[in-house]
Amino acid sequence: MESVPARRVLIIVPAWNEEASIGRTIDEISATVPDADLLIVDDGSADRTAAEAERHGARVCRLPYNLGVGGAMRTGYRYALRNGYDVAVQIDADGQHDPRYLTELLERLDTADVVIGARFATPDDPYRVRGPRRWAMILLAWVLSRVAGTRLTDVTSGFRVANRRAIQVFAAHYPAEYLGDTVESLVIAQRAGCRITQVPVTMRARAAGQASQSPLKAAVYLSRAIVALVLALVRDWSSQTEHLTPTTPTTPNPGSAA
Amino acid sequence: MNGTTVLGLVAAATVLVLLFEMMRRRRLREKYAIIWAIVAFGIALLAVFPAILTEATSLLGLQVPSNLLFFGGSIVILMLTLQHSSELGRLEERTRTLAEEIALLRLELDDSPADDDA
Repeated sequence: MESVPARRVLIIVPAWNEEASIGRTIDEISATVPDADLLIVDDGSADRTAAEAERHGARVCRLPYNLGVGGAMRTGYRYALRNGYDVAVQIDADGQHDPRYLTELLERLDTADVVIGARFATPDDPYRVRGPRRWAMILLAWVLSRVAGTRLTDVTSGFRVANRRAIQVFAAHYPAEYLGDTVESLVIAQRAGCRITQVPVTMRARAAGQASQSPLKAAVYLSRAIVALVLALVRDWSSQTEHLTPTTPTTPNPGSAA
Repeated sequence: MNGTTVLGLVAAATVLVLLFEMMRRRRLREKYAIIWAIVAFGIALLAVFPAILTEATSLLGLQVPSNLLFFGGSIVILMLTLQHSSELGRLEERTRTLAEEIALLRLELDDSPADDDA
């Protein structure tokens, strides 16, 4: 079992008001992947998330106010870039993502720059979403599969790993807008020349706070998803990349010999 | 001088005095003041030469000059609001970047004494 060595891996956990589950998530991650470094990004929590995380021995980066997952993750990617990590992993703080899948996700970095831990990839996936929310997820997955040129089933998953090339992209561009942290960031990665792929994972039910299933909210979700998707596809990224990219050295892509 | 002219000139003068005073107190930056100054001069121009408005109205084939005035006014306000929204977005993006940088710097600061011990 030596699949994580040599490469320096940083696990980024964006956390907002997760004092109830953050401790358990940290313990599980450090038990499962002890070689990886762990960074909790406290996204302006009003509760004791940061203190709880520190009590469980994690490094905590505290944002001064709530920025949303996009802001928390860009902070994490910047940290990864500045500290020379080879791989950055995103895991949600609510315990939805099982870190035991990490080995598999990391292995796929041999042939891809971004690997998503995806639900709905196998027919027997117990994770169920219905109604407009499900349609939105199918639509997003279908369009992004076209964009990425590979089959993606769950583009709103917050469980993903990125290699150095993708870290550079995400450190400069990680949208804070609605669905920007998931859907739009994938479009950006693809535009920047990153290869995206997925690994089927089974996600656990959230420890607390189930996603809303009310039809109205789901319909709003669907429309916002469509708007976010269209905007992501038509946005002019090249013009923004020039002045924002902080003199990133164009490193030779290590995984190019596929 | 009829009432419309006086009203228009008073409005334009009020805006200009207000602009001057706000800029004097550094409550308003020049790049925003210039837009409002143009608006104020436009009002003054129309107040002194109302013929411009009636001419433009007949040129465009409209019936009532005040309708053109209101239409023009609302378009100007719409554009200004839009510009403010865009400025606001840029500011949000900047504060976001600053917030992220502060978080990372704070982490570095927290770390440095610990590094000395190790």
